[in-house]
Amino acid sequence: MSTTTRRSNGPRTPQGKAAKFFDDRLNLAGPMRKQLNKVFPDHWTFMMGEIALYSFIVLLLTGTYLTFFFDPSSAETVYHGRYLPMQGIPMSRAYASTLNISFDVRGGLIIRQIHHWAALMFVGAMLIHMFRVFFTGAFRKPRELNWLIGLTLIVLGIIEGFAGYTLPDDLLSGTGLRIADAIMLSIPVIGTWVSFLVFGGTFPGDVIIERFYIAHVLLIPAILAALIGAHLALIVRQKHTEFPAPGRSEHTVSGERVFPTYAAKAGGFFFIVAAVLAALGGLAQINPVWLFGPYNPAQVSSGSQPDWYMMFLDGSTRLFPSWEVRLWGHTLAPLFWPTVVLPTILLTLAIGYPFLEAKMTRDTLPHNMLQRPRDVPVRTALGVMALTFYLVLFLSGGNDIIAKAFDISLNAMTWGGRILLLILPPLFYIVTYRICLGLQRHDREVLEHGVETGIVKVLPTGEFIEVHQPLGPVDAHGHGRLAYAGTQVPKRMNQLGAGTPLRHVRGFFYPVKEKPEIQAALDELEALEVDQHDVQHQLTD
Amino acid sequence: MTHVHDGLDDDSSTGKGEFVQDDIDIDVDGELGFEPAVSVTGAEPSGRPAGRSRTAPAASKPGSRRVLRRRLGAGAVLIGALVSMGGTYAAFASSSAPDTSNSAGDIAAGRQLYQTSCITCHGANLQGVKDRAPSLLGVGGASVYFQVSTGRMPAAGQGADQKRKTAKFDEQQVKQLAAYIQSIGGGPQLPVGDLRAGDIAKGGDLFRLNCASCHGTTFQGAPLSAGKVAPGLNRATDEQFYAAMLSGPESMPIFSDHQLTPLQKREIINYVQTLKASKDPGGNGIDRIGPVSEALVFFIAGVGAVMAAILWIGAKAE
Repeated sequence: MSTTTRRSNGPRTPQGKAAKFFDDRLNLAGPMRKQLNKVFPDHWTFMMGEIALYSFIVLLLTGTYLTFFFDPSSAETVYHGRYLPMQGIPMSRAYASTLNISFDVRGGLIIRQIHHWAALMFVGAMLIHMFRVFFTGAFRKPRELNWLIGLTLIVLGIIEGFAGYTLPDDLLSGTGLRIADAIMLSIPVIGTWVSFLVFGGTFPGDVIIERFYIAHVLLIPAILAALIGAHLALIVRQKHTEFPAPGRSEHTVSGERVFPTYAAKAGGFFFIVAAVLAALGGLAQINPVWLFGPYNPAQVSSGSQPDWYMMFLDGSTRLFPSWEVRLWGHTLAPLFWPTVVLPTILLTLAIGYPFLEAKMTRDTLPHNMLQRPRDVPVRTALGVMALTFYLVLFLSGGNDIIAKAFDISLNAMTWGGRILLLILPPLFYIVTYRICLGLQRHDREVLEHGVETGIVKVLPTGEFIEVHQPLGPVDAHGHGRLAYAGTQVPKRMNQLGAGTPLRHVRGFFYPVKEKPEIQAALDELEALEVDQHDVQHQLTD
Repeated sequence: MTHVHDGLDDDSSTGKGEFVQDDIDIDVDGELGFEPAVSVTGAEPSGRPAGRSRTAPAASKPGSRRVLRRRLGAGAVLIGALVSMGGTYAAFASSSAPDTSNSAGDIAAGRQLYQTSCITCHGANLQGVKDRAPSLLGVGGASVYFQVSTGRMPAAGQGADQKRKTAKFDEQQVKQLAAYIQSIGGGPQLPVGDLRAGDIAKGGDLFRLNCASCHGTTFQGAPLSAGKVAPGLNRATDEQFYAAMLSGPESMPIFSDHQLTPLQKREIINYVQTLKASKDPGGNGIDRIGPVSEALVFFIAGVGAVMAAILWIGAKAE
């Protein structure tokens, strides 16, 4: 008795001893247990934000490696490195060191490319995650603050990306910087001063690379990291939302514990994201600055596009008419509307939407249950409308490449973009709204009449009817009594676990096979069922 | 002074002096025979002659006459070198001047081809036909070479501009046509010989300054207004490049030899052709189109892969 007590007193494994060492000093076990036992709902759409988080980690790792070799300097130098087509060309040290990273530093090029692909993925995943949050209503009270943090993250991510691809000081990014300067200059009254402030004088000046560098590697990443921390802390504090389903309620969360299941899944998913980014970095060339040449304000290349997350602004610039407004002796540059006013409106709408929706629907209650997009047709249709608007702008950002590739006149592309920008969003609003209502009606129909079984009967009168499987109790007319609850409704027999040869098929890429003895038992059962079915048939016939 | 004979300055009267003397004799003999040969080949003067000339003042027993002769010789070498350099340059520079190798036979054959394939639109006297085609008087052989060897002429139809297509005439027929047009109206002609020369990097800088605004830094081309196109340069040959710069087809400006010297044209061609042949060190170049094709790859391959991953993980959850 006494010996057993002594044994159970302390851990015996090395890990256990180490854990006890820290627990004795920091008293961690209680709070840790609480955190590790937290439950995280499982749905494939809840992993989109994770992609952004993991891309951010990849960005930090690869970016740190690049800082060892990058020389953030506007100072002019003459290139005498390994890349012959640039021999003897004057360039900034930033560009020269980017060439060195690409051609001389061990692993430099692939790390640069992974970094660039990860940047695209970071912003892309954030945007996709935002649309998931929007379409499911996850932004509603009490989560408006996290919606705002998320929007800030997207804006900062875009600025961070722009600063990052400007750093190599190549001809393409320099052209982008020139456009950014033009955008600043187009702001009324303060434009010139803003430009002078950013560039330390007139464009391009000799400090912009240095300034963008410190913004790119310290300032913005620090803010991003802090905001990501706040974003996650709020999720922990407010708990994750989940889709409505039987047994779920506004006051509970169901799912897997953070440790070990969720941690294992998330850890594995990190490596999948990192692997995708590494594969892209190794297989697909991105931003080959050595082909573009160093930045020289006298030179410009056709087909100068920004990275995809800025492309919608390029598109709006291409589509907007060149209206030059003169007011009180001052000129409002045409660039002002598509590049300053338009993104401001879009951002304001995004910031204000949760509050606007709450006001319009007079909804002051907190919500922890998500809504299916079909159950809120107006919001879903508005989201699709915004998405369509964005996509037309985005595609117009590359309209010269599309025109060239498909042999279309660039003028036709521009006018097509203008017309589609005005016509497609309302059209898609109507279409989406109707699709939402249609899906709702189908759910109601299944609740009322049951699932189509695929069994067609001939009645003695000669009438053909399809047999429906009710989902629950039925009334005297055979109509289901289940109420519409905004949850997923089974539409096929195999979702009820019956009826089709597919019912035992599990697994994503190939069917999961049961152990032989279990399979044999299952086969036997199935054979028995078929027999009984046949017997019943014979009896009824 | 750091050469083989370094020590001789201190003690010229030793037995080694004879060696120097010998050396100088050889030098004197070889003065006209050896040194010009160096300048003609353009090779760096080797260590031996340089050492000899430096030791000469130290062992100047034969007198100042020899020095004078040497200096005259050096002058002759310099002049010879200048003449040969100038001649080489002139050979290059003048090569874009009208080429007189168009034989009467070529012109006759070209006339034959013109009358079967071009006359309908360009007219019997190359004067052009209203609403069909412009005059060809003075366009020169270079223009003919570009238009016909890229298949743009004979035209398939009227349009915003003529697109490259399979050439209807072979190289010899193109030359014959060019000879005929040249014989009537004159104009710029393609030079003969190697069209790649000079510094690739300088060519790159010139390309970015003069050509990239339409053809792009990665030679992919771009649409111009109203259906006109600055074509991609991936299929262009050296001759077509040169002919295009000389003749300025369609919307392209003419780059005369005063704007881009023949050497600069060759440098540009050298740069573009070298880069076109170069491999992409970063993997698949995605046609070197830039951010648009990168966005396409990103959304299809990158986002597609991670979406498949979350569907997979999500499916396992159920």
